[in-house]
Order: sequence, then C-alpha cells, then structure tokens
Amino acid sequence: MAALLGRSCRKLGFLSSGHGARRSVSTETGKSLNLYSAINQALHIALDSDPRSYVFGEDVGFGGVFRCTTGLAERFGKNRVFNTPLCEQGIVGFGIGLAAMGNRAIVEIQFADYIYPAFDQIVNEAAKFRYRSGNQFNCGGLTIRAPYGAVGHGGHYHSQSPEAFFCHVPGIKVVIPRSPREAKGLLLSCIRDPNPVVFFEPKWLYRQAVEEVPEHDYMIPLSEAEVIREGNDITLVGWGAQLTIMEQACLEAEKEGISCELIDLKTLLPWDKETVEASVKKTGRLLISHEAPITGGFGAEISATILERCFLKLEAPVTRVCGLDTPFPLVFEPFYMPTKNKILDAIKTTVNY
Amino acid sequence: MALSRLSSRSNGIARPFSAAFNRFISTDTTPITIETSLPFTAHLCDPPSRSVESSSQELLDFFRTMALMRRMEIAADSLYKAKLIRGFCHLYDGQEAVAIGMEAAITKKDAIITAYRDHCIFLGRGGSLHEVFSELMGRQAGCSKGKGGSMHFYKKDSSFYGGHGIVGAQVPLGCGIAFAQKYNKEEAVTFALYGDGAANQGQLFEALNISALWDLPAILVCENNHYGMGTAEWRAAKSPSYYKRGDYVPGLKVDGMDAFAVKQACKFAKDHALEKGPIILEMDTYRYHGHSMSDPGSTYRTRDEISGVRQERDPIERIKKLVLSHDLATEKELKDMEKEIRKEVDDAIAKAKDCPMPEPSELFTNVYVKGFGTESFGPDRKEVKAALP
Repeated sequence: MAALLGRSCRKLGFLSSGHGARRSVSTETGKSLNLYSAINQALHIALDSDPRSYVFGEDVGFGGVFRCTTGLAERFGKNRVFNTPLCEQGIVGFGIGLAAMGNRAIVEIQFADYIYPAFDQIVNEAAKFRYRSGNQFNCGGLTIRAPYGAVGHGGHYHSQSPEAFFCHVPGIKVVIPRSPREAKGLLLSCIRDPNPVVFFEPKWLYRQAVEEVPEHDYMIPLSEAEVIREGNDITLVGWGAQLTIMEQACLEAEKEGISCELIDLKTLLPWDKETVEASVKKTGRLLISHEAPITGGFGAEISATILERCFLKLEAPVTRVCGLDTPFPLVFEPFYMPTKNKILDAIKTTVNY
Repeated sequence: MALSRLSSRSNGIARPFSAAFNRFISTDTTPITIETSLPFTAHLCDPPSRSVESSSQELLDFFRTMALMRRMEIAADSLYKAKLIRGFCHLYDGQEAVAIGMEAAITKKDAIITAYRDHCIFLGRGGSLHEVFSELMGRQAGCSKGKGGSMHFYKKDSSFYGGHGIVGAQVPLGCGIAFAQKYNKEEAVTFALYGDGAANQGQLFEALNISALWDLPAILVCENNHYGMGTAEWRAAKSPSYYKRGDYVPGLKVDGMDAFAVKQACKFAKDHALEKGPIILEMDTYRYHGHSMSDPGSTYRTRDEISGVRQERDPIERIKKLVLSHDLATEKELKDMEKEIRKEVDDAIAKAKDCPMPEPSELFTNVYVKGFGTESFGPDRKEVKAALP
C-alpha cells in the first residue's frame, strides 16, 4: 500500500518548465490553479473568443464530473454548453457534423475508457474527412477531451490510457498535457488547430497538480516537445502524469551520479522527433515510460524511430518502462504501474550496460 | 396459520434459522393471491392479469431476502466509507423488488446479465454474502477471485453472466446468450438488464433488431430509476416510455417497487419470449443512494423526493404490510428476523475481512488461456516468457 500512499502524496510544484524555457509564458506568474481549473479557464476563453464554439458531452451542464466545465453553461447559455444523452458514438459523430459546418465542437467523453464506441467515428470519419473530400470539407474544429490514466483505485474502466490506439491514425492529432499551465495553453492550441484533436487529460492531476497559471489567453504550440530537465547521461521521454514519477526517478538517479535529461513530448501525434533525436545524440541512451501496456504502446514507435535516426550514437538498447500486458487491474494496480523504482532500475541498467 | 417445522430454503440461499422462528414460519404453500398495486401498461401485447399467485412461504421469503439485500447494501456503504471497499460501488437499495421478483419467476437455467449495479442480482442468483463482501474488498474468496470488484460479479452455475462496467455493452451480449439458448433448444430465456441511461445507446437497438429478426428468447429489462447518473430521464430521452422503444417489439411497463408485479411480468415475459421472441420490460423503480458512492445523490433530486418514495413505495415496506395483514408473522418476529439478518451480514463481513488478497502472480493469470500468452517481468523485459501455439 506504500506505493499508493506515495502516489497520493505527490505534489507537482516542481514540474514548472524551468531550464532554458522556450516559452515566455513559463516565467510569468499567475494565479495558483489546479488542473481542472486551468482547463476550465481555457474553455471559458475559447468560448469567449469564438462565438461559434460549443461544449457538449455527458453531464457537462452542471460542471462535469471533474468540474472542468463549471460556469460555462451559466455564462454562455444552454444553447452553447449542453448535455447529451449517454451515447459516445452519437456525441462524436454529432461533433464531427457540427465541425464540418465551420464550428468549433469541443466534445467531452466522460472517461477515456468509454471512448471506444466513438472509435469508428474518430478513425473513419473525423480523421479522413479532409482527405477523402479533396479538401472540400473538414472537421478541423473538432476537439475531443477525455480524462485518462490511473487514479489509484479506478479499476478496469476508469484508468485506461488509450493514446496508442489514436496515434495510429493519420489525420488526427493527439495531445497530452503534464500540468495546469501546460494544459491551458495546449487546450487552447488544440481548439484553435485546424485539425481534429484528441486531448487526453491526466485525471490523477485534476486536483493534485497545482501551478501558477497566467490568466490571459495564451497558446502553447503543438508538435513541440520540451526538455524540462537537462542532463547528459540518459534521455527520458514521457507525457502526462507519468512525468512526475519520472522526475522523482531522475532526482534519485542524480544522487547516484547519473545525470538525466527529461523530455515532455506533449503532442504524441505528430510528435517532435527532432528534439528527442538531438537529446539522444547527446546522451546516447533512451528510456521511455508510459502507463499504457508495453506491447504496442506509443513507446514502441518512439523507440523504433530513434533507433533509425540515432543507431550509431546509442550506447545501450532503448528501454521502455510501461504498464504490464494485462487489463488494468483492480487490487494489483501498484504492481501494474511503471513506478519510480522500476524506472530507476532501468536507468541504472541502461547506464551500466 | 399452520405452524409447522422449518424446512430448508428453496431459493438457493441456504441459511439456518434459530429455533425461535420455528413457530411462525410457514412452509405452507397454500396459495395466496395478491393484487398488484398498479395495472400493467402494455405495448403491442395483452397485459397479464393483476392477480398474482403466491404462497405464505414465498411472501416471507421475499421479505427476508429483500431485507438481506437492503442490509447488505447499507453495509457496503459503510465499508466503502471506511475505505475497505475501493474503486467504484453502485448500490441497489430501493430496487430490490426487481431482483427478487425476477428470481421468483424463473429458474437457474434462465440467464441474467446486467450492468454494474449487480450485488443484489448476484445474491438472488444464489451467491453468498461471503462471496459478495470478499469480492467487494478484493479478496481471494470473492466470486471473481478478487479480480473483478463491485462491477464484475459472475456466477456461471446459476447462469448469471455479470456484472459489466461499460454502459449498454451487456445488452448485445445478452441477445447472444439468448441465441445460444435457442440454438441449443434449452427452453430457457435471457434477461438483459440495463438502465434508463443505457436505453439511449445505439448498440441496444442493434441488439433488439437482431433479436426480433431471429425471434430470440431475449427479454430486455429496463430498470428505470429515472436518473442516468445525474441526468433525469426527461433530459436524456425524447421518449421516456422505454417499454415502447422497441417499436415493433412488444413491451410492458411494470411497477418495479412491487415484487409481485415484477414476478408476474417476468413470468409473462418468459412465456412470450419462448413462443414469440423478444419483449421489453420497463421496471419503474428508484434508487435511494446516488449513482455510486462518489455521488451524494442529492444534487440532481430533492431529499423530499427520495423520502417521499421511501415512504410511499418502499418495496420492503409493502411486503411487510402484506405479511402483517395476512397474519404470517408479528411485528416483533419480523424485527427479530431483521436483527438476525444484521448479524448474518456482520459475520460475513468479518469473515471476508480475514480473507487474504489474491497472490501477486494472479496479476498475470487469465489474460489469455493458460500457456498461450505472454508474461513480462522486470522493467527492461529481460525475462519475457512467450509460449504461443
């Protein structure tokens, strides 16, 4: 149970992007907000700045099960922020249609675990609309938001990380923020991006992560990875809530004299290959970590690409520390998860290869 | 009433009684006829009669089992708040009449499949309290070996197919089970339960169409507790007459708080399904708790509404009144029965608390058929055992 306690204690004040930050917004101060409040702010700004944007999904009217949509219905009216019946396939299809008419449809799927009925709509309709109509039509205004990831007690259907399924679909973008400040900027970029985007929010961090978030409208560019910690011995790549765990492992590794470079991918599809490549060419070692099961997870794609680009510079095989190849378990969650110790072990094994 | 010696329970929930109860519990199967509180509303079929055949034993059985279910759910509430049950817990109190009425009308060969509000249905199918509490607390002795949790109770030998987390996904499964029953000429039916929220899922209509096309013995039961989590039915459905949603499939609207109405409807539905194909039953019921333990249940409905239903339509109170009016037991005897039940539940909880958690190796079992899957150990996957056929 210690693993669970450790997880519940983590605070994310230190995950602000410090070192050599390329974004001026990262050094700005703002109000201290948690993740759901930052997302809420982003949605308020999005609806404010574009009168043709709509937020809908199950239970969003009263604020949503995670409070991300609080205050929207009161401020913008029930015609723009409304509840849908319980039908994910219908909701996303409806969103695609709305976006095809030039609107910004911000769809909420209540948990990423429930996104599968809509999978057909996303893969076959949304992703291919522009392509198959020869650019006559597009549903670029579509943004699908879904809470994903483990939460300590979610079990099979409230903890899944389905990002890998969507990274396999040319035509959509997949974005995952790591913290409140990132989430607000990334979400605004996703909403305004002229392509359909799937935005996974780490539900673990909704309340746990607290950060200073600037109050104005700002966007963080997509497809740009960020080096959030510099180092020389090994590159670690991750996204979302997993980065906190990785950062803890980096701190522990530093005590043993291993200097780790940590990269937040932010956008998984299309992902920033150049940043990761430059880093691995410097360190010669790569470790990828994600909560989703290891086989076929997105780490495999990163590994294969880096291998192609950096083969001669690699000092050790690329390591992946991920969830196990089982359904997301109930009581076994602490064993399933890629914990700090598993990552630390892998760092040491790789460095000592 | 004739007072005779106690005989063992016939509904599969074996339970010893103390000698003090021998006096009044009647093993009489002399028929009692009960009138349902409300008439049935039918769609494309003739509604069954309001007079339900029952017996004194059945009446007392109903009371006892429903009180047990109620007590079990309340105990689960406390266990959840004590963090012994983790994850999600969806409680059934208020809806017991549906579980008990259905069981009374069918056999263990008929299949039941439901969504995540499954504790009482599992109990009705013959599950034991020990299995329930062990599974809720994630212990080895649980019905799904501690790997399923609250939402995934199963009992193969009683044809209880669970226990499903994804809303609406269990209905096409239920129709598939019905197909198998028809194919194997089993003379059995399948009850696929779902809620008013799930009634708007597309896969339900797909399953309905297939069942009607091939005349499957599938009975779709909408447990309409009027709220899909926090959304009232009138805000989610253009037509909240769920029993009519089948269009070309007949339907029946039933007072789900009246165990005898449920029993009559299920009997009627079983006969219909075996002869003519699918039918929809809408059970007008109510849940006192919120959607799950994370939901207080009072942000989208008034406390007056909840207490109003509790006062006027509570299923256990209704049976209690019938028991008392037919002189089958005195108030005191019923209270003693409830005390016994409380003790039984407490004992089961204590026993379940002592049960061990599953072995860590269980994390990897049953992902695939044994011997045909992969197992991974270690962060660098140095030990990977793959045995493919």
